[in-house]
Amino acid sequence: MTGGSVDCIIGFENGSLPRTARPCFVRNAKDAERLVWNQWCVANLAAFVPKLFEKPQKPRKDYKTPRVGIVAKGCDGRSIAGLVKEQQVPRASITIIGMPCNGMKTAPKGEKNNVAGELARTCIECVSPAVMHADIAIEGESRKPAKAAYPRVREFEKKSVAERWRIFTEEISRCIRCNACREACPNCYCKVCFADQRKPSWVSPAAQVSDTMAYHLGRMFHQAGRCVECDACVNACPMGIDLRLFTQKLASDARELFGCVPGVTGEDVPPLNAFKQDDSESFMTDPEER
Amino acid sequence: MTKSNATAEPTIVAFLCNWCSYAGADLAGVSRLQYPANVRVIRVPCSGRVDPLYIIKALQEGADGVLVAGCHPGDCHYISGNLVARRKFAMLRSFLEYAGIEPERVQFSWVSASEGGRFASLIEKVVADVKKLKTGKKMAGESRSASLAR
Repeated sequence: MTGGSVDCIIGFENGSLPRTARPCFVRNAKDAERLVWNQWCVANLAAFVPKLFEKPQKPRKDYKTPRVGIVAKGCDGRSIAGLVKEQQVPRASITIIGMPCNGMKTAPKGEKNNVAGELARTCIECVSPAVMHADIAIEGESRKPAKAAYPRVREFEKKSVAERWRIFTEEISRCIRCNACREACPNCYCKVCFADQRKPSWVSPAAQVSDTMAYHLGRMFHQAGRCVECDACVNACPMGIDLRLFTQKLASDARELFGCVPGVTGEDVPPLNAFKQDDSESFMTDPEER
Repeated sequence: MTKSNATAEPTIVAFLCNWCSYAGADLAGVSRLQYPANVRVIRVPCSGRVDPLYIIKALQEGADGVLVAGCHPGDCHYISGNLVARRKFAMLRSFLEYAGIEPERVQFSWVSASEGGRFASLIEKVVADVKKLKTGKKMAGESRSASLAR
């Protein structure tokens, strides 16, 4: 910052409660003292990036693309790679400070005596804890990458259709439509979310289970081929809904069907924007000829 | 979520691409081929235009099943719309099945403009598949007329 290469650094500072860290924006060298790095730095900071790079609606002559530094762990790095791929931030304008990540902990809600906290499930299963393509790599050892196995997804697939629907309904009906999952997700940067559109109205704000299901199916499917499994949505949810059970299915499918691991495999376009001549048609219906 | 009578006539919403599958359906009609009357056709310019939200919305509005039909690969009027759609629907079907919406409810197929017979067979198959399912409409919310009356 003193060198004048960035206007703002997005990092973490101590939260107001013990065993929490919260995002902070440092705009001068003096404030840099607030920055911390510990095992409570759960949030995905890439969620702040698209907004910072939003251009003004009316073009202004004095508008300059901001230069931003971001303190990133593995999942943040994958998110930023995705945002660059989708042209939400120019790569040259963002300086990625890659931190050594040994997994983040969450203090389970309501367990005051659990001082140690629990290693987040997503960190245990993380396939790239160290930031790829960091501009500044901070010294330190990161967790070893896990092998992608998706045991919970495989187990869920074995259940009957009726049982899966029952579990989905039960989980989703707890949703209060607070939209915290949407706010926390770096990939949810649409100026007008489909859920807020009227004319046409995809999802009404009514407290019907059917609308809540449509909201989640829609929002999660919009992450297809893009979700980096950072669990920002899971951590943000005030109702503790097990979104990970469903977002992991998308990640598993992207890997299996299209060989894509968002933020890691580094293709130029998201998998659903591309096609191959020999894409599988096994899911299609082939009626008997008359 | 209503559990309607499984033997009642199901409603199938079909999104047909203007250039191939809709023309194929037309041909079936002109050729006087008999097929079940359960289908409600919505004409779209290309199967690639079909947003996954259309399918979710159709199920929400009370459709028992949804069909999307497009041109065969290589024959798309817009060159590659159906190829992009193919990937999208592969993932969508997999995801919906995972959440508990039976794969028989959401089906995809290629129908060309000359395949009137194939279209009729396709409708027969989809209607038969949906009729076999044990539960009725998935995800159906309160209908608009009911909520207005309230």
